[in-house]
Amino acid sequence: MTPAELTRRLELEALYTDYAHCLDDDRLEEWPDFFVEDCYYRITTAENFEAGLPLGLVYLTSRAMLVDRVMALRKANIYEPQRYRHLISAIKIQGEANGALDVVANFLVVRTMQDGAMSLFAAGRYVDRLVREGESWKFARKEVVLDSRQIDTLLAMPL
Amino acid sequence: MSLETLTWPKEGNSRIPYRVFSDEDIYQAELDKLFLGPTWQFLVMDNELPNLGDYKTTFLGETPIIVSRGEDGEIHAMVNRCAHRGNLVCLKRQGNESLLTCVYHSWSYDLQGNLKSVAFRRGIAGKGGMPEDFRLEDHGLRKLRTDHFAGLVFGTLSPEVPPLAEYIGNLIGARVGRVLYGKPKILGTTSQILHNNWKLYVENVRDTYHATLLHTFFTTFNVSRLTAGGGVLVAEGGGNHASYTRGKHELVSREDSDKLYANIQSMRDGVRLTDPRLLESVEEFGDDITVQILSVFPNFVLQQVNNSIALRLVLPKGTKQTELQWIFLGFEEDDAAMAERRLLQSNLVGPAGYISMEDGAVGGFVQRAIVGSEHETSLMEMGGRGHATEDTRTTEASIRGFWQAYRPLMGY
Repeated sequence: MTPAELTRRLELEALYTDYAHCLDDDRLEEWPDFFVEDCYYRITTAENFEAGLPLGLVYLTSRAMLVDRVMALRKANIYEPQRYRHLISAIKIQGEANGALDVVANFLVVRTMQDGAMSLFAAGRYVDRLVREGESWKFARKEVVLDSRQIDTLLAMPL
Repeated sequence: MSLETLTWPKEGNSRIPYRVFSDEDIYQAELDKLFLGPTWQFLVMDNELPNLGDYKTTFLGETPIIVSRGEDGEIHAMVNRCAHRGNLVCLKRQGNESLLTCVYHSWSYDLQGNLKSVAFRRGIAGKGGMPEDFRLEDHGLRKLRTDHFAGLVFGTLSPEVPPLAEYIGNLIGARVGRVLYGKPKILGTTSQILHNNWKLYVENVRDTYHATLLHTFFTTFNVSRLTAGGGVLVAEGGGNHASYTRGKHELVSREDSDKLYANIQSMRDGVRLTDPRLLESVEEFGDDITVQILSVFPNFVLQQVNNSIALRLVLPKGTKQTELQWIFLGFEEDDAAMAERRLLQSNLVGPAGYISMEDGAVGGFVQRAIVGSEHETSLMEMGGRGHATEDTRTTEASIRGFWQAYRPLMGY
């Protein structure tokens, strides 16, 4: 691995680490900052993804929509207090073109409810496209591909 | 608490004994009397199985079902249980096979459920094998009746239940046809595990009163209020319903609407979406109806929320668990703008939907609250005690309608 490749790997590692902590620390207002303005963010199931079906359980096509999602969760939607713990690993660069990186990574999310009940809420892979914006990498696309087709109860906070 | 001891309250459908949401005996009786009884339940869309040998698996209640495109080009449905010793014949959710073969002992069925071969039927070297009088034609898979309506295929094990069009009825049938006007195309599917009895979800679907109260997204972002025009159609017998909201008809002035909502916690002034594209709907049906939620007894739902169309299937999974399956639809006729609009508006519904996520939890909240109150009842008198069609949504008429259909089947 060349020093440049090593640097890139460390940058990606730092990015996904920051992303996990942002969500798990409930700093949702900072979540849209990981994305470019005309981003694409979708949560879908492996079944839909592999069949090429376009549906998103969450389907957002601008950073402003991510901002709105957080605003709705804070001001409008009703759901029980819960905590996510993201474990993101196996970050892999799939391809590179025109300065953009295609990256996949695995994730597990443990959800803990207010009474202490814990469950493995989500497992799957991120299928991402990253672009350079100034000194940092931003998500131009982020597809959250859930291994399961089932959601327990509801899906409120971002993954 | 045994089944025989449940006496329905004298107030009729305006009181629901909480026991019906948690009693194991009642649940088992429902599987038998409702789900395997004289009701039609959604199986697949006709165009989901285009090719000979295509199959999908689903459920009537908790009973596993195979739905296939048979050798005759028609859709067939059978109980997914081998006639030999009860193993699942189809293990996958969907696939394509020319014969349906049980993995346990290689008994094979055609796509219509007829038994075609039995491994080692004649034994080996003159020993073993099936008796001489064993006849393949006596031992097929248990077959369902199927029927079609507007591209939807329903099934039943009941020989008595009337044909599907009659079961849905003209009133509600017209509202199904209104939404499914094109050639449907699946945009994607998902499902949700609800920690509540299945009837708490079907009550929720028929509950026109709760929408702008529980789903505070509506009012927070000034999307819809109950003061918008609308109403609920309840079919004869009560079991099927369609509620609707009008886009341009306000029942009262804005000022009066503000007063009615003044003490409701969800009202907040000045909150707007920064990118409101997901609310930008177009008039698709030519009748100013922005939302239509429709149900067919016992467990099928067809939803139109602006331009988002979805089928929902409510599958019981025990007294206190339910699987809610979602099939999101567009039409082959959709142009690119409509295709994108439907995807954006799908943010409103489903397990993560802005105006539906609460429905995933609220049944569980009720389920937790009624523990120890099995001898008490809910109170449901919004809009009176009847179950007739009304031109208002401040009513629980269509929920009472569900119970009107439920009780005779269960013997209450």
